[in-house]
Amino acid sequence: MLFICLLIFFVISRVFRVFLHSTDFEVHRNWLAITHSLPLSRWYYENSSEWTLDYPPLFAWFEFGLSHVARRFDPDMLDVQRLQHRSPPTVLFQRLSVVCSDLLLVFATRECCRCVREQKPSRDLLKRPSFILAVLLLWNFGLLVVDHVHFQYNGFLFGVLLLSVAKHLQSRHLQGALLFAVLLNLKHIYLYVAPAYGIYLLRSFCFTQDNTDSSVRWSSFSPARLAALGVIVTSVCVVSFGPFVLLGQLPQVLSRLFPFKRGLCHAYWAPNAWALYNVLDKTLVTLGVRLKLLQEAELPKASMTGGLVQESQHALLPSISPSVTLVCTLLSVLPAALSIWLRPRGARGFLRCLVLCALGSFLFGWHVHEKAVLMAVLPLSILAVESREDAGIFLVLATTGHYSLFPLLFTPAELPIKILLMLMFTLYSFTALTSLFSGHGSLLHPLEVVYLLGLVVVAIACEIVYPLTPWQQTLPFLPLLATSVYCALGVCYSFVRLYVILLSETEPSSLLYFLFSEIK
Amino acid sequence: METWSLVSICVLLCVTVRWGVSLNSYSGAGKPPMFGDYEAQRHWQEVTYNLPVQEWYFNTTDNDLNYWGLDYPPLTAYHSLLCAHIAKLINPEWVELHKSRGYESSAHKLFMRATVLVADLLIYIPAAVLYCFYLSDGSSKKKVCTLLCFLLYPGLILIDYGHFQYNGVSLGLALWGVLALGLGWDALGSMAFSLALNYKQMELYHALPFFCYLLGKSVKQGLMGRGLFLLVKIAVTVVVTFALCWLPFLSDPSQALQVVRRIFPVARGLFEDKVANTWCSLNVLIKIRSVLSADSQLYLSFACTLLAVLPSSIRLLTKPTFWQFKLALVNSSLAFFLFSYQVHEKSILLASLPVCLLLNDLPLMAIWFLQASTFSMMPLFLKDGLLVPYVVTSLAFLLLSTYLFSALEHSSEDELRLGGYRKLFFCLPSLDLACIVRWKFYISIVAMAALTFTTVAMAPPPRLPDFFPVLVSVFAFLHFLGTLIYFNIVQFSSPPSRKSQKKNN
Repeated sequence: MLFICLLIFFVISRVFRVFLHSTDFEVHRNWLAITHSLPLSRWYYENSSEWTLDYPPLFAWFEFGLSHVARRFDPDMLDVQRLQHRSPPTVLFQRLSVVCSDLLLVFATRECCRCVREQKPSRDLLKRPSFILAVLLLWNFGLLVVDHVHFQYNGFLFGVLLLSVAKHLQSRHLQGALLFAVLLNLKHIYLYVAPAYGIYLLRSFCFTQDNTDSSVRWSSFSPARLAALGVIVTSVCVVSFGPFVLLGQLPQVLSRLFPFKRGLCHAYWAPNAWALYNVLDKTLVTLGVRLKLLQEAELPKASMTGGLVQESQHALLPSISPSVTLVCTLLSVLPAALSIWLRPRGARGFLRCLVLCALGSFLFGWHVHEKAVLMAVLPLSILAVESREDAGIFLVLATTGHYSLFPLLFTPAELPIKILLMLMFTLYSFTALTSLFSGHGSLLHPLEVVYLLGLVVVAIACEIVYPLTPWQQTLPFLPLLATSVYCALGVCYSFVRLYVILLSETEPSSLLYFLFSEIK
Repeated sequence: METWSLVSICVLLCVTVRWGVSLNSYSGAGKPPMFGDYEAQRHWQEVTYNLPVQEWYFNTTDNDLNYWGLDYPPLTAYHSLLCAHIAKLINPEWVELHKSRGYESSAHKLFMRATVLVADLLIYIPAAVLYCFYLSDGSSKKKVCTLLCFLLYPGLILIDYGHFQYNGVSLGLALWGVLALGLGWDALGSMAFSLALNYKQMELYHALPFFCYLLGKSVKQGLMGRGLFLLVKIAVTVVVTFALCWLPFLSDPSQALQVVRRIFPVARGLFEDKVANTWCSLNVLIKIRSVLSADSQLYLSFACTLLAVLPSSIRLLTKPTFWQFKLALVNSSLAFFLFSYQVHEKSILLASLPVCLLLNDLPLMAIWFLQASTFSMMPLFLKDGLLVPYVVTSLAFLLLSTYLFSALEHSSEDELRLGGYRKLFFCLPSLDLACIVRWKFYISIVAMAALTFTTVAMAPPPRLPDFFPVLVSVFAFLHFLGTLIYFNIVQFSSPPSRKSQKKNN
């Protein structure tokens, strides 16, 4: 079953060995050079390229390992001073390394597929949930685009995440925790979903028994389990950060990992709440100026879409500081975390909480990249093949989230690729999920259908019509803005829908009661 | 999942693969002064756009025939003209007379690749979809599998989207012809095939089966009654189609003659480069080109081709069924490829198309042949810098098709139609022929992989710089010869199974 997916997956990914010139390509080449040719103590200080090492140490070790293979392809790429080095063997090596590291994703997918519950085993392969899940994960438009057309190692990282989720689904919590600790040390963006892991492990693993009303039984706390978890997490962190702690470089490493000097939004706004906030601000300003309520000269001169990463100020609404985003994020994931604390519903509840954490951080986080939406889309695929309502949400979220990745690929040669891949994935997910849950009416509400069809209109307007108009020269950012705002609506909507499902499973009254008792 | 969504996903996948390949290099990229086929096509746009029709095929001050002069029939020229008009709209520099020679830019590459894709989307892909749905049997899922493998055939993709040519147009038109004949619309089919002939003269490889099938069918219906009417209808269609295509050249006999002379360049010799056909392979043993005079070479190849085509044509003439027609298409095109005059390595695509039609009926043999045909063009792909797409697409095709058709499991003697061999080798009754075929398949695949690897990784012996290409072409030649014999035997031996009879009704 998996064989065929795997195979097609490989075809696609390999054929795209394009001589692309994305920035991330140079980023990873530079990191290979840094880890290979510089001593450990210089890794997080080196700054001859603007793409400094800003991933946690374990990923640096991963690059270090890769660099030893890279040496056989082209030793020149390992020179720190050779910026923008782009020989064919280098490209080949980089592409190959992504494909090979993706094998982990394939393995993780297989593990996830094994955990899928099938109501009635269908003889038709195409209608089996596990098959559909395999395609949804391996063929994921976002992963293909970000890893194989653009250039990153997300497939490998998501492989670790999915593997860890699969281990939890199989009730092998210690292995799951180990994998997640490794993942955090590979890329710290996965801190987004750490609350889900923390609460879940604490509640469902460290407490061995529940009361009859499934509230926590404090007496069943097992210190041994907590200690085991602690040992695992600490030892991974020691392996990864230890050398830098010994060198006394921890502050430097951390400052590289968490660059709060960047702006609230990325150059291209990720479709999140702040995109809506920015637009609201702009609209108010424009309205104010039109209605003569505001003087243009008094407004702070700021462009939030200035292209490069920079800090920005809002004109009318209060400006957002990193701490505000942190509070918003925490508030947005709090109910989800509380819900799995109060009413643990096994690994599936955990998975839903994980998706909510990822989405919450995506919506309210500081300087979020549009690629981060994949962190919610991929785990949600597992839920989507098991329940009807989740399938509907998945369709909305995946379609909008994936569409919001379009501006990542902007050259004319990539236009057909992104459209074709997107069409293929969307068509497959719609038809496969519809046929999986056939016989119970449509998966989507008519309004959702209208919204998704609107996406087609936006796509045609932004990708084809707008570049032909004269505004392309004067207002080149307008399509990006339209894309992110339109997609933000869909992502916010999916977030709310997911919460509704979660809270309808927990009785809201118990949640409120808990909150009040805490406040007292 | 409904069939329509599966089909659209298949088509989208195939288009994606095509576009992915097209992002790679093309023939003669950055190699002045002659460049390659890419420049030839661009040059034809330049010539057809700027010169009057009368000068297209003549050597004039503005039209240097030694620099990629037009040597395809008029339909190709019209196609170039159409593309040139669009190119002019986008960027006039692309088709400027003289000045645009050797023009290369990423935008222009994108434009040229897009023209190939558009032609494919309009002609080849719809024909393939319709063929798989109306003329191949099995469940709808089986049809989708056939379609997927049909469209993923790597040879055509690599030549059209990598090397750069418009084979999809001529093959697609021929496929429309086959499709129409299969559905019983003989006049439409002959029109489509005439258009194919007017696009590339190489389609003559398929002409004999078309002719024999239609003639045989008319004869069967009675030469005095309906058959005669059918024959006249077809003849009129063909003549009108040809006349329309050649209209600008018919006013002056010298014009038409010049076009014909350009299309059939007899002076170019028995073969060029390394082709996996008989003459090039024999050349290893006997230097034919120095032994025989040019004329006798021509006669020899003509005689051999005729001999090789004759059996299958006669069989088709006496038994004009669609099954026979498909087999005769394979046999005729293979015979032409192996024995005729001035063959290019790319002409193997003409034999691959009818083999693709047989994917559903004889999966193992078809896959084997298609793989060998792609392999035979390997030196060309290496020259164009298409190693990675070549390896990826052929590996994918091999695995996908053997998996989807479960070709290796369904390879009993009956399913491979080896009964004919059994009769020929009646003295060796104890051999398990199917098993031998399977093992030969494995060995040949491994040998292809090994040869590809050595060609890429190792330098040839200093005395024999062409050692690997010759080895490749001889190896592929053996496959093609074996396939020709096999399909001839199938055509003669097998009583058409019930399924194919049903198809003809």
